[in-house]
Amino acid sequence: MTATASTLDTAPARTARAGGFDSTWLLWIGIIAVLLFLVVSPFIYLVITSFQAERTGEFTFANYATAYGRARYVEALLNSLKLGAVSALLAGIFAVPLAWAVARTDMPGRGLTRMLVLATFITPPYTGAVAWILLAGPNAGWLNRFYTLLTGAEAGPFNIYSFSGLALVIALYSFPYIFIFTTAALELVSSEMEDAANILGAGPWRTMWRVTLPLALPAILGGLIICFLEAIALFGSPAMIAIPARFNVVTTQLFQFFGNPVRVEVAAAYAMPLLGITVLLVLVQRLMTHRKGFVALTGKGGERRPILLGRWRWVVFGYAMFVAALAVFLPYVFLLQSAFAKAWGRGFAWDNISLQNFRFVLFEHATAAKSVLNSFLYAGASATVAVFLTLGIAYIVARKLVPFGGVLGFLCVAPFVIPGVVLAIGFYAAYAPPPLSLYGTALILILAFTTRFLPVGYVNASAAIRSVNPEMEEAVRVLGGSRLTALRRVVTPLLKRNLLGAWLLIFIPATRELSAAIFLYGPNTKVASVMIFDMSEEGNFERLAALALILQVLTLPLLWVGQKALGRDFMLRRNAT
Amino acid sequence: MSKLVLKNVVKRYGSFDAVADFSLELAKGEFVSLLGPSGCGKTTTLRMIAGFMPPTAGTIEMDGKQISSAGHVVPPEHRRMSMIFQSYAIWPNMTVGENVGFGLQIRKLSRAEIDRRVDKILDVVQMRNLKGRYPAELSGGQQQRVALARAIVVEPEVLLLDEPLSNLDANLREEMRFEIRRLHDEFKITTVYVTHDQSEAMVTSDRIVVMNKGKIEQIDPPHTLYGRPRSRFVAGFIGRTNFLEGRHEAGEVRFDGFAAKAGSLEGVNGSGALLYSLRPQAIGLTTRQPSGQALAVESEISSRSYLGEYWDYQVRPLAGTKPVRVSTSPSQVFEVGSRVWLEIDPAAMVRVE
Repeated sequence: MTATASTLDTAPARTARAGGFDSTWLLWIGIIAVLLFLVVSPFIYLVITSFQAERTGEFTFANYATAYGRARYVEALLNSLKLGAVSALLAGIFAVPLAWAVARTDMPGRGLTRMLVLATFITPPYTGAVAWILLAGPNAGWLNRFYTLLTGAEAGPFNIYSFSGLALVIALYSFPYIFIFTTAALELVSSEMEDAANILGAGPWRTMWRVTLPLALPAILGGLIICFLEAIALFGSPAMIAIPARFNVVTTQLFQFFGNPVRVEVAAAYAMPLLGITVLLVLVQRLMTHRKGFVALTGKGGERRPILLGRWRWVVFGYAMFVAALAVFLPYVFLLQSAFAKAWGRGFAWDNISLQNFRFVLFEHATAAKSVLNSFLYAGASATVAVFLTLGIAYIVARKLVPFGGVLGFLCVAPFVIPGVVLAIGFYAAYAPPPLSLYGTALILILAFTTRFLPVGYVNASAAIRSVNPEMEEAVRVLGGSRLTALRRVVTPLLKRNLLGAWLLIFIPATRELSAAIFLYGPNTKVASVMIFDMSEEGNFERLAALALILQVLTLPLLWVGQKALGRDFMLRRNAT
Repeated sequence: MSKLVLKNVVKRYGSFDAVADFSLELAKGEFVSLLGPSGCGKTTTLRMIAGFMPPTAGTIEMDGKQISSAGHVVPPEHRRMSMIFQSYAIWPNMTVGENVGFGLQIRKLSRAEIDRRVDKILDVVQMRNLKGRYPAELSGGQQQRVALARAIVVEPEVLLLDEPLSNLDANLREEMRFEIRRLHDEFKITTVYVTHDQSEAMVTSDRIVVMNKGKIEQIDPPHTLYGRPRSRFVAGFIGRTNFLEGRHEAGEVRFDGFAAKAGSLEGVNGSGALLYSLRPQAIGLTTRQPSGQALAVESEISSRSYLGEYWDYQVRPLAGTKPVRVSTSPSQVFEVGSRVWLEIDPAAMVRVE
């Protein structure tokens, strides 16, 4: 007790000193510096570079003139918008009935459906695109072969190398976003609201159309917007499908500007509309889903009873399985076939089965195994940095430890509106030139991944911090512990699970990241996604399938850990997106 | 010397005074409650005493040393106080024993000494057998006891309680009031207790500070507060009362339906309107005209309710318009409409502002 008595005596002097130049200012400056480096500077460089002449660096509008001077460049932009709209619409058609059936009805296999949506969600879009090349490639594609076998026709009707093919593939692997948004909203619509419609004479279908779906509408529209943005920002699937189909979208066009020689100035100028559209639509989406007054977001009120579908339940189940077949069953069956085949075109024959593809990618290929290792290392590093950084910032903002904390929070979520491709061009513009010369290093990939997933980290971290009653910490302090003691002994132990969850939510997608990686990797820092992309260009589908499956299988234990710690649905929750 | 002194403490948010010119001295070992409706500034005052908030103006001293002023604030961890929070703030990641021992650990006591003190205090709050449990396995009342033990075990200079019973059910709340007072009688820790529940404050406190809209209305021991409220707010907030409006004219104060001699009432000065508070149980009710010093007012029962522990009558003087509320024992039964006599002792009428 005497020790504490003496600290009481000295304390006023200490606080008086802190009152002048508060140490919290130092903290704020430190964090702002990190965020400037990760978020602001790539963005500013992107804008500046778009106005700079190649080589000389003089101010010019020439890049914009070049970027939009040719009809086919403008056409690529229009293609992207069209692609976004069509894929989002298709995704909505897949997702909304499934979401409604899972959240509000007695359809059989609701758990199974959720699981299959999760399987879709963790399938990288480019892996799905490869699978669909195997399924619906002209002539050799499996669907076409079955078709000719059944009908005796000369050729099958399916051609993945087309606009509609690309839209389908993108929709199949982005519909989980709409599913997540819609189920979250529907699960908050209380049965009493539906009962109220029933008692006034509305039947179940009418109730669904007039009450349930309108209540979920903001969430559905929000999901559609996210899908649209996902589609226009995607690089892998368009590169694999649109280029052979001889049309371009914004991202593939940007990639071509980045080819030899690298014309980063033109690319920066060309990326501006993509950035502008994204910022605008994210704002619209926020306005829509954050609007007050919709029960869908207040979440209070009565029990939720499933709607009894009667015989229709099997029809709905059939539809769910149809979607699952397109997104999961068929793709994985033929990916497996291909991975274990000597030549995938020879089909299901005993003498066609072999492990040589796995042996090749794991042991014989010069960089394939290393690329997987790189992916996991970089993803691990960025997930760790992002989680602790955002946790620190979320804490500081929530406890109002520094002035203008809102600015820090805003910078953390800002990367959400920057498509991966655009972010990569910004990083290239900012950090590829001397003095840093980070192009092709592991560091630039880790930093880019960290920035890309900063919003996921921040959203999770601030939700976690808000769940801790400040009185928990005040109780520590009033008993003589410092703020750091409170953080170490109380806050961190309480948030262990949340931190693990946030880490996985960053780590898993980071192991598959392609849009940013493809612009920033170097010879020694190739990641698995880039490796898969390269193999698709070479037409090595057997080896590619093997590598893609290895990546998927390695993800499963992480998924298991996440589900153990955080519940079955941890990836399909709203703050996961 | 006073233990804790608050001098002209102000907490201002923009142009809104959450706490205005608050001055209070606590003697060593005294138990003082801050009582008032929500938003009256009582919790803000408590948090300033704890050091979680700087005052906008004024000072707080403990043992003669200044610990809070607008310029600097000794942080809470250097004040050797402890506090019990509305949410209890029991750390769910630590066992009961670890929760209670935490403050001693911070004070760098030996493991054996910590164990000894933790066991002793857990005995006092009858929680020894649950030492190894985690908080999630405890009931609300048990968590409350852990919070009490955790706060007392460090032998704080001042103990602060922020509506500690508001999350408990009614029966438990009543039991814990006595428990808190019992612990205070045992350990004699200087205590500041924040509550909006008047009976809680009356059971536990040596003195009560009644607050309203950031200002102190009255500081007095419970019986004085009840018997001699100084303002309309205090009279209405502590217990039930009748407000009687009178006019001072020619040596008499005229009320609605009766009059009293100016000399028999307190605080009669000048002429004009005067307001008096008269407790319902200070009024007698009889069928025959009473004799003696008290005023006798012939009246009629206009309505009644039976509340088990007492009768609650509305009684209208025959010459008046507004009924007066009277509480009697359950055995005094009068029918609605019957004639009765009100027996009012002028000394029980308290002049309020």
